[in-house]
Amino acid sequence: MTDSALIAKFAVRQGDDALVLGHRLSEWTSRSPFLEEDLALTNVALDFVGRARMFYQYAATLTGGDANEDTFAYTRDAREFSNLLICELPRGDFAFTICRQYLYDAFALPFMQALMKSSDQQLAAIAAKAEKETKYHVRRDTDWMLRLGDGTEESQGRMQKALDDLWGYTGELFDVDDVDRALIAEGIVPDVSLLRDQWLETVSDTIARANLELPQADWKAAGGRDGIHTESLGFLLAELQSVQRAYPGLKW
Amino acid sequence: MNDNVVALPDEHKFQARIDAEEKIEPKDWMPEGYRKNLIRQMSQHAHSEVVGEQPEGNWITRAPSLERKAILLAKVQDEAGHGLYLYSAAETLGATRDEMIEALHEGKAKYASIFNYPSLTWADIGAIGWLVDSAAIVNQVSLQNTSYGPYARAMIRICKEESFHQRQGYHIMMTLMDGSDEQKAMAQDAINRWWWPAMMMFGPHDGESAHSAQSMKWKIKRRSNDDLRQQWVDQAVQQAHAIGLEVPDDDLTWNEERGHYDFGPIDWDEFNRVIAGDGPCNRQRLAHHKKAHDDGAWVREAMSAYDAKRRAKSSAA
Amino acid sequence: MTDELQLYEVFIRSRRGLDHKHVGSLHADDPQQALEYARDVYTRRSEGVSIWVVASRDITASQESDCESFYDPLDDKPYRHASMYQMPEGVDSL
Repeated sequence: MTDSALIAKFAVRQGDDALVLGHRLSEWTSRSPFLEEDLALTNVALDFVGRARMFYQYAATLTGGDANEDTFAYTRDAREFSNLLICELPRGDFAFTICRQYLYDAFALPFMQALMKSSDQQLAAIAAKAEKETKYHVRRDTDWMLRLGDGTEESQGRMQKALDDLWGYTGELFDVDDVDRALIAEGIVPDVSLLRDQWLETVSDTIARANLELPQADWKAAGGRDGIHTESLGFLLAELQSVQRAYPGLKW
Repeated sequence: MNDNVVALPDEHKFQARIDAEEKIEPKDWMPEGYRKNLIRQMSQHAHSEVVGEQPEGNWITRAPSLERKAILLAKVQDEAGHGLYLYSAAETLGATRDEMIEALHEGKAKYASIFNYPSLTWADIGAIGWLVDSAAIVNQVSLQNTSYGPYARAMIRICKEESFHQRQGYHIMMTLMDGSDEQKAMAQDAINRWWWPAMMMFGPHDGESAHSAQSMKWKIKRRSNDDLRQQWVDQAVQQAHAIGLEVPDDDLTWNEERGHYDFGPIDWDEFNRVIAGDGPCNRQRLAHHKKAHDDGAWVREAMSAYDAKRRAKSSAA
Repeated sequence: MTDELQLYEVFIRSRRGLDHKHVGSLHADDPQQALEYARDVYTRRSEGVSIWVVASRDITASQESDCESFYDPLDDKPYRHASMYQMPEGVDSL
């Protein structure tokens, strides 16, 4: 693969992560625990949808032809989606949503900071925008981890369960494949496997402060980058793409 | 309401202030009826914004492009924000948000009946933004001058933010009318279904409106239902025709003498039925709101518990 | 249940050089959260460069009944206002 094909692939992966996670977040709008949080969660959803658009748009310019951001979002099937599994899991309860966001954003922060140093200027620029957003997300998430972890017996139970259910999906955040290796070698993307220790330290600290226990997972789910997903992604895409699939090729 | 009790000196002063176009502010003396009427109107308005998230929220996960998805998210989020501004303004009168939400769940408080209609196709998102939001704005612009300060200020803020709402809706309709036959049919079907409910948004004719006279005197309302409706019809008809949409009203004609459109009779039976709870989606709308509220109870309890723990810790330290 | 959350008043400085201005209120668990929600609720269109939040219960407000004794006595001091002093024609910048 040429460099630009590799970069496009990387951008689509990032776009997929952001779109699918943003979609899950957008399911909360009008369903949040109270009005202030409804606005806040929707802001986060908007950040992720915006991030997806930036990565897809860049991928489209690299791919050339008729491709645009919507080509990636609306005309590919589950097998072609390359998001991490943690992003696609159904939204669950508020505890699940908070834990997922925290585990993902705590990774995204050092990741985007590293990507800001990419030799590819466009990727670096997207990362710089995402990094600002992510700082705010992590602040919010951490706050909620503490409140809900150290709240009532019920909230603590829900948070612990969410953490346990999610933990096995976090390993995939740090997986590196051939696409990554080629781009890492050229200083275009960071080596995520090197971010794990820092992530684990941050996350362990928060989990302890939140009066929760670090899960001891002996399982790891992976496959998202290769299009091997959980069964929930197909339904997510069926919904997301329904209008475009029913009336292909039209402008909306 | 006891509008006919002997007016007290305070009441004279209060009315004089209103007549002089001065604002009433939270700590001012005000007649109990004014307070009650305002809480009713503002909480109803707030509930409408919040329940109004639902018909459009229904399409967030299915918006046909990423740009439309972002726009719709931002728009529905604004509705939540506007609900919040209005609850916040109503709270200055001593009503708590909890009491208002409870009244909604118990069916004691109303919300705009239009949100009891289903959003069935993507074109409905266009029709809602264009027709429903423009109707709301016509009303809200008049309320920027309402006599209660916090309400007027919330309205100014809301009107400023909402200007993009009707435009994005109209833009969706425009795009559809510029598209395939199926898209055009979808747009026409949407206006067919939303036109009359939008007409009803302005409420009963002036002679039959339960709260109008006193509300006008107190300047809680600034313009009459019929007056606002006429303004909206005149602008909406022109907008529909500009993109080739037909207005589903056989009696619609331009009245040269009045300088306004004449329109056909509104089906008030339908209006009353839907207000009373017998619309296509009343049950789902309330159930949705109640479920979100109930599902969030443990979160709110946890927050209070966390706060209590922390305060205990800091006072022990 | 939400009224167990506290009410906070929100003040926003919309531009450098301007005062913070009251924009409304919101519910939150503590001042920190109130600040974050103020950002999410009241600055969705970049309306601010600085936010203050204050617990509503911490505000001491004058009452309408204070008006007579507070403000009326200040009404009879026209000499505090420049408009009382008539200047001769041709005298500027005063």
